[in-house]
Amino acid sequence: MIRSARNRELLALIPVALLLSAGFAAVFAQENARLGKLSLVYGAYFLAVCLATHVYLRLRLPDADPYLFPLVALLTAFGLVMVYRIDEGLARDQANWFVLGLVLFALTIHFLRDYDVLERYRYTIAGVGLLLLLAPRLPGIGQQVNGAYLGVKIGPLAFQPAEFSKICIVVFLASYLRERREVLIVGARRVLGVTLPPLKHLGPLLVVWGASMFMLVFIRDLGSSLMFFAAFLALLYVATGRFSFVVIGMGLFLLGAWFFAATVPHVHDRVEIWLNPYNDPTASGYQILQSIFAQADGGLFGKGFGQALITIPGTHDALLPAAQTDTIYSLIVNELGLFGACGVILVYLLIAARGFKVALLADDGFSKLLATGLTAVFSIQAFVIIGGVTRVIPLTGVTLPFISYGGSSIVANFVLLALLLLISDRARREAAVPRGAFALEGT
Amino acid sequence: MNRQIVQLFGLIVVLFGVLIGFTSWWSVFDAKALKEKEANKRPLLEQQQIKRGRILAADGTVLARSVAKGSGANRRYVRRYPEGALYGHPIGYSFVRQGDSEFEKFHNDELVGEESEFGSILDQLRGRNQEGNDIVTNIEPEAQRAALGDLEAAGFGAVVAIEPSSGRVKVMASNPPYDPNRVPYELKKLNENELEAPLLDRATQGEFPPGSTFKVVTAAAGLDSGTITPETAIDAPGTLDVQGQPLQNDFNEDFGPITLDTALTNSVNTWFAQLGEQVGEETLFEYMDRFGFNATPAIDLPEDQVYPSGVYEEGKLLGPGDPIDIARVAIGQERLLVTPLQMAEVAAAVANGGKLMKPQIWSRVIDPDGRVVKSLDPAQYSQPIDEQTAVELTTAMEGVVSEGTGTNAAIPGVPVAGKTGTAETPGNEACGGGSEENQAWFIGFAPADEPKIAIAATVGCTTQFGNDVAAPIFRDVAETILDNEGS
Repeated sequence: MIRSARNRELLALIPVALLLSAGFAAVFAQENARLGKLSLVYGAYFLAVCLATHVYLRLRLPDADPYLFPLVALLTAFGLVMVYRIDEGLARDQANWFVLGLVLFALTIHFLRDYDVLERYRYTIAGVGLLLLLAPRLPGIGQQVNGAYLGVKIGPLAFQPAEFSKICIVVFLASYLRERREVLIVGARRVLGVTLPPLKHLGPLLVVWGASMFMLVFIRDLGSSLMFFAAFLALLYVATGRFSFVVIGMGLFLLGAWFFAATVPHVHDRVEIWLNPYNDPTASGYQILQSIFAQADGGLFGKGFGQALITIPGTHDALLPAAQTDTIYSLIVNELGLFGACGVILVYLLIAARGFKVALLADDGFSKLLATGLTAVFSIQAFVIIGGVTRVIPLTGVTLPFISYGGSSIVANFVLLALLLLISDRARREAAVPRGAFALEGT
Repeated sequence: MNRQIVQLFGLIVVLFGVLIGFTSWWSVFDAKALKEKEANKRPLLEQQQIKRGRILAADGTVLARSVAKGSGANRRYVRRYPEGALYGHPIGYSFVRQGDSEFEKFHNDELVGEESEFGSILDQLRGRNQEGNDIVTNIEPEAQRAALGDLEAAGFGAVVAIEPSSGRVKVMASNPPYDPNRVPYELKKLNENELEAPLLDRATQGEFPPGSTFKVVTAAAGLDSGTITPETAIDAPGTLDVQGQPLQNDFNEDFGPITLDTALTNSVNTWFAQLGEQVGEETLFEYMDRFGFNATPAIDLPEDQVYPSGVYEEGKLLGPGDPIDIARVAIGQERLLVTPLQMAEVAAAVANGGKLMKPQIWSRVIDPDGRVVKSLDPAQYSQPIDEQTAVELTTAMEGVVSEGTGTNAAIPGVPVAGKTGTAETPGNEACGGGSEENQAWFIGFAPADEPKIAIAATVGCTTQFGNDVAAPIFRDVAETILDNEGS
């Protein structure tokens, strides 16, 4: 029974419902005095929306991966509870974006059922992606946050274009590499014992490298830059199977990053804070140090929901700066401990596993590369921000997918999820139905 | 491409493993070190969220309590000291930014209700917030008030009153005082006031020359070591040449051969100087050690706020064998510096039949449910002299008050034993450098036949003598305590 996929999905939504109810109940019990019964209504509302999405998937993508949506719902529910615990008003925004995200999710599934059309417009899509990246530097609409150009504001609408741009870039790369992978492999030459890609096909790849460097310098977005380039290298490796390409790419990136770290003050500062946070513990090093102190405060089991300090009591000064966005993971460690944090990382790992499974099952090159790219960019985004707040890499302003507060992130990642499910639905149907039968069905 | 996809997934697994590794490091393995970092204010902020226990006087007067500010997650507690400057010493203060001191600091764990790791986990499971214990002290408000009032009228100084049989500290006053409620606003100012030094607890940190009060220690060593008996007569001329310098009695008075009673009653310098030489450096130091000199007193205050008494050379304690003029040490001169607490312990040991009890400010620890968790079990510090010596010494000290240099300490109807002291400290920097500054002392206990209280009172930067300024303070404080005992 192929349709059992949706039944499994429904079943998997049950623990999400339990977690959500328990989470809201915990926050509710903790801050009973401050919050009304409304919190419980939010929980019911969330579940209703999830069920509606499930019914929609049943109708439109009956064979798609059964676990991806429940896993994402789990993260979203968890994120909502965390944001709710920080600020009721922010949680309301977040809930609205969640609904908007699901609307775009449904629209993507509706209009891109035949997602192969994306290949036809790949240069347009690449152009849009680059334009989105550039937008924050455009006068009038660009916005600077903490020295980085991350946001765009058009009238009342503000968003972070990098979140959407990453999908465009992945679509372009998947399509481009699907077409050129053969020549990249065959045309490769060994120079001084190193396998180099053929020069004439190198152009577009250098463009990607250039785009990453461009982001580093002009957008000053170290995190997105790292995320994009890592996703690019991942795709390049999967497409060509040439490890040497990855090494060359990494070398180029490190060379560029090193050069800019030495010459661009913003990038240099980020690296400096990462290496020596105690040099200026009350100003530049404050965020990363407080992030780590919050984790130390959490220990093995954490302090419990709603128990951690976010602001200095009696003031509005942040003890954990950007707790709802950048450092939300530190807050999770603080309140739920190492065990809770491991749970969150495990969910990301499961999503990655399901995403790569979609890629493995997919039949054609484009689907494979697209699923791989989307999964890779998603996983790396989680790594970049969690790695940032745990001092594995320099801290940069990237959101924790589906958990951090932020509309662009939620909406863009739901579009990403829609694409993955679209690929999955086709792949699993083709895998389950013998080719002959498929042909008959097609006629 | 599938092989590469699997490899890529493997890489993601490794990367996420690194994240778990780092999270484990910060949250568990390195957590203790991180909590101790200067930049980490969390432990302080969290302590601020605990309702610290109250500190009470012996009669239940609240000396320190915590007041809630804000609500919910913003709730925090701030320390209040309802009695203001009266108990600034020895209670001290406790504030998040300014830190803590004295009694508040020493008893911090009990006041915040710090228990074993296991106990606090149980509390967490029961959903109980950590709450501090109350501590009842031995301080008697009326006597404390009398002591500080008298000191404020007399000058810079301190009073320490100890119950000889138990070591309970009933009064510990230091002048000038400070109001702990002002610490959050003017700690810097208080610290910079070097002349008045209000944050200095002169009772435990004031290092003063003891003058003739030290003759009690010399007499104790002489009697207890068998060097003399109460009948031993020593010739006491008006002037004695000691180490090339003349050592004189007051008005150069020549007493001839006299015994201990007469010598102590009249505080005869040449008599005690000779006794000191007879007892010898080694033995005198041994008796000093037994009385608690040359060590940090075993009181419940932070070690860095209680100074040892002894012979000092540039901030370092000297011992037997160092070049010391023992004859002058015997009469409380030389480089001998003592704290009022130490001299109160000397009086208390003599009063308690030669047994020195550990001085303690705290009496009971009471948990938030009202149960007494701990109560003071009086402990002996040492027995510097035997009971016979104590009796003989008491007789001599009674003479001082009844007919000698300390008559102003006499309480009608109550036998009092004591000893005056007046150390000349011309040009004392602590006084601003006047030319006729004295350090006036009185140590003693009452009633002499059944001692209830032993007291050391000292006033510095005065032109007066021990009997004029210190003995009346002794009498006032002793009377207040004895009146309370009687009622």
